[in-house]
Amino acid sequence: MEIGLSHYLTVSAILFTIGIFGIFLNRKNVIVILMSVELILLAVNLNMVAFSMHLNDIVGQVFALLILTVAAAEAAIGLAILVVFYRNRGSIAVEDVNMMKG
Amino acid sequence: MGLQALFFYLFAFVAVASAFMVIAARNPVHSVLFLILTFFNAAGLFLLTGAEFLAMILLVVYIGAVAVLFLFVVMMLDVDFAEMKAGALEYAPIGALIGIILVVELIVVLAGNSFHPAAAGTGASLIPPVTERTNTAALGDVLYTDFIFYFQIAGLVLLVAMIGAIVLTLRHRENIKRQDISRQVARTPETAVKVVKVKPGQGI
Repeated sequence: MEIGLSHYLTVSAILFTIGIFGIFLNRKNVIVILMSVELILLAVNLNMVAFSMHLNDIVGQVFALLILTVAAAEAAIGLAILVVFYRNRGSIAVEDVNMMKG
Repeated sequence: MGLQALFFYLFAFVAVASAFMVIAARNPVHSVLFLILTFFNAAGLFLLTGAEFLAMILLVVYIGAVAVLFLFVVMMLDVDFAEMKAGALEYAPIGALIGIILVVELIVVLAGNSFHPAAAGTGASLIPPVTERTNTAALGDVLYTDFIFYFQIAGLVLLVAMIGAIVLTLRHRENIKRQDISRQVARTPETAVKVVKVKPGQGI
């Protein structure tokens, strides 16, 4: 059976769902939540590249490159915020993020 | 074709299994290492689709920079991760329910459909045959011409992220000694040394 578009889309759908499930499973740990977001973005990239292959159009790869850039920036900013938060509170648990609660 | 299918299933299976281990591992360091394995196998999948440049970028940027950054932060923060993991299964049933619904919907809608073949090959910038132009060159051909604006915006996003990360984490700590080069250079013997004439037998 030839490996086509639907195979790649299935893999990317499974990766995306694992990312969503990871946010549910590790609600307390911000680091693993950030890793789940990275998994979701990876699944989106796989979608883009698979369609680029299917349609024989290189624009999909350009978009995947831009998504990669934004994902790297997001990881850097997210981890920086995490480090600052840990310095202030001594904890990274999500339920401790309540300083702005009215 | 058999070899391609073999490698596809190998990469896909390892990617999905290690992605599951990312969210299931107890130790976040293990999570990061499984994340690296996932990215590595995703790079293999990218290679199979012919996106060679993106596969290499995935290795360099994601594994070399982002995953190692995660590893740094995990090791830098002194957090009791075992305590944080307690009660994690509380929301697992509803998460699993939503996940199963989501993956079934995605697979039925996306993968079950066969996309219209007439759409293939009608795009504005087609991929040239790999014998004529390599993937990196073909990507550069459109990236630096048609998409130069988006390329510049991406660079700007990275610049803002870099400045933001530095501004967030930089702190000026009091009570530590720092080197002030201009003050050191401006020192002269007159300002640095004080000569006191002490009379014998009197002290200061």
